[in-house]
Amino acid sequence: MNQGCVGKVYPPTAPYEVGREKIREFAAAVREGNAACWDADAARALGYPDVIAPPSFPMVLTLEAEHDAVHDPELGAANQDRFVHREQRFAYSRPIHAGDVLTVTVRLAGIDAVGGSDVVNYESTITAADGEHVCTATSTFVIFGQEERDGGS
Amino acid sequence: MTVETASLPRYEEIEVGFRVPGRTFRVERKDLVRYGGAACDYNTIHWDDRTAELMGLPSPIAHGMFTMGLALGVLTDWAGDPGAVVDFGGRFPRLVPVPNDGVGVELTVEAMVMEKLDPPRVRLSVAVRLGVNGGHSGNSGQGGHAGHAGHGGNKVLTMPRTIVALR
Repeated sequence: MNQGCVGKVYPPTAPYEVGREKIREFAAAVREGNAACWDADAARALGYPDVIAPPSFPMVLTLEAEHDAVHDPELGAANQDRFVHREQRFAYSRPIHAGDVLTVTVRLAGIDAVGGSDVVNYESTITAADGEHVCTATSTFVIFGQEERDGGS
Repeated sequence: MTVETASLPRYEEIEVGFRVPGRTFRVERKDLVRYGGAACDYNTIHWDDRTAELMGLPSPIAHGMFTMGLALGVLTDWAGDPGAVVDFGGRFPRLVPVPNDGVGVELTVEAMVMEKLDPPRVRLSVAVRLGVNGGHSGNSGQGGHAGHAGHGGNKVLTMPRTIVALR
């Protein structure tokens, strides 16, 4: 991979409008039963403007943005479609709620190679329409080298 | 649905070493498909047997973030607020193959308070283990029988720095 890409900041993604039903769909998938993810009144009782997203919800936005960054031709990663997640962190300024309009700005924070596989580290900043910081995601992916997995180890 | 605030954990009353009530989840292939749809993650390694075979895996694997989502739900349930988990990160030391056999695997979440930070925040350490009764540990191709030797080798997610803001 091209070491010169470290530090590269990709253009912000198109605005993503967070919908109530998307939050509910995601909550069902991760079996999040808290009423504040399902019912606006329950969320308001906790002081939120509308239903709020489960904590890992930003993946809906960051994964695609980071996928696109993995496919950056300038980066030159091999086997771009064969990668798995190794680490993930989210640091919130506030929860995401229905009605938020969010953009993601991806920065390539680091690249590495481990045993024939490429490792990429991204720092993605999630920002509300008014510019308020919502959450910072840090993601590490392993892009499998041809030898490592095909060798049947 | 009202929240019973009286039963929610309070910062003043929680001590280091407190164990959050754990939970065991059964996970089948259909749950991976459902998560993939909800999370917009269409990576074939999470549902396609052929891709798994090409990668030398016994089955498609659970999304690490699906596992993390289950674990986080245990914490939001405890705290009584999905917005309470303000900072968390995890590592996925082992893959979780999920066979399409109608049985699936079991994932067990455990969490303990490690540190009291500035009020109302506490730091927890969270781990998810692949259950020894998952039915397919012998298939994992990576010392699956180690399950009999105890719980040390079956961690599939570790989250040593999970910050929860209590009320």
